[in-house]
Amino acid sequence: MNSLAAKRRHPGAVLVVLFMGLCLTGVIYSVVGSAATAGATPKTASSTEVDHGRQLFIEGCASCHGIGAQGTQIAPTLVGVGAAAVDFQVSTGRMPLAAPGGQAERKPPQYTGEQISNLAAYIATLGPGPEIPSASDLNFENADLAQGGDLFRTNCTQCHNFAGSGGALSNGQFAPSLMDATPQEIYEAMLTGPQAMPVFANTTITPQEKQKIIKYITYLKTSPNPGGQDLGRLGPVTEGLALFTVGFGALIAVAIWIGARAK
Amino acid sequence: MSDDSNSELAVESAPHHPARRTDVDPRAEARAEREVATMFGLASVAAIASVVAFFAIDPDKSIYIPVIGETSANNIAFGVTFGLSMSLIGAGAIHWARKLMPAQEVVSERHELHSDPADKAAAIAIFEEGAEGSGFGQRKMIRRSLLGAMALFPIPLVIILRELGPKVLDPQVMGKTLWKRGELILTDPSSRKLRPQDIPVGGLVNAVPESLSEVEELSGTLNARAKAGVILVRMTPSEIRSQQGDGWDYQGILAFSKICTHVGCPISLYEQRTHHLLCPCHQSTFDLADSGVCVFGPANRPLPQLPITVDAEGYLVAANGFQQPIGPSFWERNS
Repeated sequence: MNSLAAKRRHPGAVLVVLFMGLCLTGVIYSVVGSAATAGATPKTASSTEVDHGRQLFIEGCASCHGIGAQGTQIAPTLVGVGAAAVDFQVSTGRMPLAAPGGQAERKPPQYTGEQISNLAAYIATLGPGPEIPSASDLNFENADLAQGGDLFRTNCTQCHNFAGSGGALSNGQFAPSLMDATPQEIYEAMLTGPQAMPVFANTTITPQEKQKIIKYITYLKTSPNPGGQDLGRLGPVTEGLALFTVGFGALIAVAIWIGARAK
Repeated sequence: MSDDSNSELAVESAPHHPARRTDVDPRAEARAEREVATMFGLASVAAIASVVAFFAIDPDKSIYIPVIGETSANNIAFGVTFGLSMSLIGAGAIHWARKLMPAQEVVSERHELHSDPADKAAAIAIFEEGAEGSGFGQRKMIRRSLLGAMALFPIPLVIILRELGPKVLDPQVMGKTLWKRGELILTDPSSRKLRPQDIPVGGLVNAVPESLSEVEELSGTLNARAKAGVILVRMTPSEIRSQQGDGWDYQGILAFSKICTHVGCPISLYEQRTHHLLCPCHQSTFDLADSGVCVFGPANRPLPQLPITVDAEGYLVAANGFQQPIGPSFWERNS
């Protein structure tokens, strides 16, 4: 950054202006950070990580979220969303958005793992928010599967379907299938409530309960399907359609054969 | 219309059938016969195969079948062979009828339906003789007691059939839940008490009353649970446009019945950005930031709101019971 400041006539001089924006960010952080509600303390990260993250943010995110991540008319504020939200949104490719619309869809991530952690470190400095879950948070191997099923059916099935296949919401939004989601993504989604999803904080669903839910979803991904073709496990709509087209088609074909005059 | 003209008409309208190949060519006839016999023979083989498959294939063995995927080998083998057996019997019978049985339409004559005058006279004579013999006209005591019995007999039927009709419901049974002043709000299914700061803005909690577990154990039914389920959501107080009662929220935490007012599906499909609650059954949509009014779909009433507050220890409790019956409308509802 010092070299940039030295090269005053460099085409990248615009970055200096952006740097001034970052100073503004610092001011906002000091004001909002102290006023924010009680919660996790900001994650400590090395200043180079934060600087790098800030630069990535200004290049890739600030056009919608604002120079200080304070939010604009088209994008929400990122102050206080925490590192977990950044990691979830960027590592699943939902952010940056391909185009504005009802739903930010999963796509290949646009940033490397290191860049994502730098971005997360930077956003975490803006205000206290949920941290990226640790390896011990994500250790679900010994969690209770049956209780996980109970928790899943009470808290998740209403949107994500009984088998985690996802479902429709209003205005072009939908609850995505959980079959591609990693344990870390599931944990982060519960912590941060991305898009239409409500927040299931550690105070309402404890880390142990989150591990049980993750265990159950992992089980759903691999559970055998004795009935064969599951038609996406979407319930009666696909099953009814398949029966209607295949079943009725076969009945009509047989009826035509019976009624046709023999030669 | 006479019988003669009827049969003439039928004969004239019988369509002319061109001869089939099996009618004129003995070799085709023999081939069709072999085909039918082959189908019946294969049906026998398939029936035996299904029995063998049922006993011989390990029920736990799974097999990959294109399009269908991983599935039980026993199930597939039994189903396919048994189905084949049944289909081949049917297909053979149809093939037999189409190729070999006579293709000519046959006219079936019908006679008139009324009896001839002699039979009618005989029947009337028998009835009159019986009426005379029974003494129905003379024996007044028997006649009156029989008429009395016949008059009273349908009454039990009316009572039984009444049970099928609209139920006379006590509004208290349908409308009263376990929620009352000071009833602790517990998370479902983990039964933890909640403090207001536990629920973040944008958060959603499925909750039940504290007394539910005791009542469920005593009654052995899920009836109390079916009525008492609520959801808690939190929004910033400035986002709340209206409520069903003044101060029924607690610092932006709102509690609503999770039983849809349309036909009673449990709903907790909450979009935290729009504050809309969707019912997955028939897409009724309720705006929780606006008194829970129905903004879309077939539901006709807002979701009942539960007034909440905190107790002396700072845990969330109901400030009062529901002020109107929860769930779908029914005839005896007062509100």
